[in-house]
Amino acid sequence: MSMVVTARGGDEAALAELGEYVEARRPDCVLGRDVRLGELTIEATLSSLPGFVDFLKRDDQTRFSTLVDITAVDHPGREKRFDVVYHFLSMYLNHRIRVRIQAREDDLVPSLTDVFPSADWFEREVFDLFGLMFSGHPDLRRILTDYGFRGHPLRKDFPTTGYTEVRYDETLKRVVYEPVNLVQEYRQFDFMSPWEGADYVLPGDDKAEEEKA
Amino acid sequence: MDGDLTTARGFEDAATGEQKIRNFNINFGPQHPAAHGVLRLVLELDGEIVERCDPHIGLLHRGTEKLMESRTYLQNLPYFDRLDYVAPMNQEHAWCLAIERLTGTEIPRRASLIRVLYCEIGRILSHLLNVTTQALDIGALTPPLWGFEEREKLMIFYERASGGRLHAAFFRPGGVHQDLPPELLEDIDAWCDAFPKVLDDIDGLLTENRIFKQRNADIGIVSEQEALDWGFSGVMVRGSGMAWDLRRAQPYELYDEFEFDIPVGRNGDCYDRYLVRMEEMRQSARIMKQAVAKLRAPEGQGDVLARGKITPPKRGDMKTSMESLIHHFKLYTEGFHVPAGEVYAAVEAPKGEFGVYLVADGTNKPYRAKLRAPGYLHLQAMDHICRGHQLADVAAIIGTLDVVFGEIDR
Repeated sequence: MSMVVTARGGDEAALAELGEYVEARRPDCVLGRDVRLGELTIEATLSSLPGFVDFLKRDDQTRFSTLVDITAVDHPGREKRFDVVYHFLSMYLNHRIRVRIQAREDDLVPSLTDVFPSADWFEREVFDLFGLMFSGHPDLRRILTDYGFRGHPLRKDFPTTGYTEVRYDETLKRVVYEPVNLVQEYRQFDFMSPWEGADYVLPGDDKAEEEKA
Repeated sequence: MDGDLTTARGFEDAATGEQKIRNFNINFGPQHPAAHGVLRLVLELDGEIVERCDPHIGLLHRGTEKLMESRTYLQNLPYFDRLDYVAPMNQEHAWCLAIERLTGTEIPRRASLIRVLYCEIGRILSHLLNVTTQALDIGALTPPLWGFEEREKLMIFYERASGGRLHAAFFRPGGVHQDLPPELLEDIDAWCDAFPKVLDDIDGLLTENRIFKQRNADIGIVSEQEALDWGFSGVMVRGSGMAWDLRRAQPYELYDEFEFDIPVGRNGDCYDRYLVRMEEMRQSARIMKQAVAKLRAPEGQGDVLARGKITPPKRGDMKTSMESLIHHFKLYTEGFHVPAGEVYAAVEAPKGEFGVYLVADGTNKPYRAKLRAPGYLHLQAMDHICRGHQLADVAAIIGTLDVVFGEIDR
């Protein structure tokens, strides 16, 4: 039975070369680069982002003509809490790149709407779901959540159940908002074995600490 | 207005300043049949000309990405059926590819062929819906009736493979859930022979139809540069003359083994995109024929799951082997662990590039999964494309953008 590799990334050697080229041309913007699983990741600085992306778009060797995606990842433990992740694609040179910047909760991330008009809704979405602000965005409104929604649902400290629920009230003849009332506890299973995932001290382990001290 | 062409916004009496004509704002949707689901457009009209178009989305937002963070990789798979619900397996595919790349899993050839076969079925499902309902939006009633008959047959193929007509959960990390019986392959083969005839019929209804042409040709023109600026993919770039198709440009699965053509439009208007979709359906049927032939060939035989940590053991093994039983139990409760890392896996879904950006932290649940839906970007450009068009063209443009709210609102 023959086996098939289902999804191949890009050519790693070519991507490494591309990463080197980008770093050589824009050393002040690039904090680090990495090729893994056939994908090139560039760590960029927050303030120089629009200029850097404009370079990626216009340079003959890169020509990243399409903005594929903008999203964020929340790491609540970190001082710079958010990773903002940009994916670009070049339809002409057929390669992809990922640009990542780190941002604090109160940082203003420069908007890419002047370079790529398509950044508009992506940035609105990141603002809506993560609460990151973008400077220079023409119309930073919420996009996916309800009108009048509070909070930023994709932050790790936002509960999956949310805080309010809606229902149609037959007597008031309108939709009413109420605090979430769960009839049954939200089922959250902890599958990690205590030896790898427990955030409490295992019974007995404290004794080992005592002996050491 | 009364002949004053210099002020686009209407007539203003210089002496009294009394007669002012305001632009007219209307709400299009969220309950309009031509809004293709729950799209709310706030349109600013000058007479019948659209001056501004502000789409309000999120009415179908279910927080899929948030939900996924508290479920195992396998439990997350069915959420993908509920994104673009007219071509469910294509989205599942992206999820499987992301996991397979992170875990370094190879899948059996037969499973890969079945995936190709069902992805193309999904493509035809989606295009049939889109082409015929777009025709419905601009006044043709018969095409959906004919098209949906074929969709029904295709959904029966879905059902015979997976048990579900829409929410299939058939592609699994490491292969596909079940093997296909030979009778099903025969029926699919026979359907592929009959389908071009149906396409010819729909073609005869629409392609040279005077009303259809008047409503579509030169409407919603997207140039190559606009397609790039607005991040279009799929038919929206091919309609504008770029031969960009991930199946060819960055081949995944066994697509590089298949022969198919990539139709490309010339003018980038709604009519060209209609033609591209029609031709893509023919090409998909061609790929399906080849896939069936390859599945019947001796190299195409074998298992459909890469047996290992991320896939369940065989039913028979569980009856005799304790380890298999434990493995099965652990797989469906705890799930498998994916090594820490990040990956972006994209497939050429019927609507364009559907991608999954997956950040894994080494546990059994994704740390973050971002679903990149092609329709999100296409709808975003609504304002840009609609400006200066007639109100009636808005329906034609929504149709040609091929929006499905499951994937846009997530």
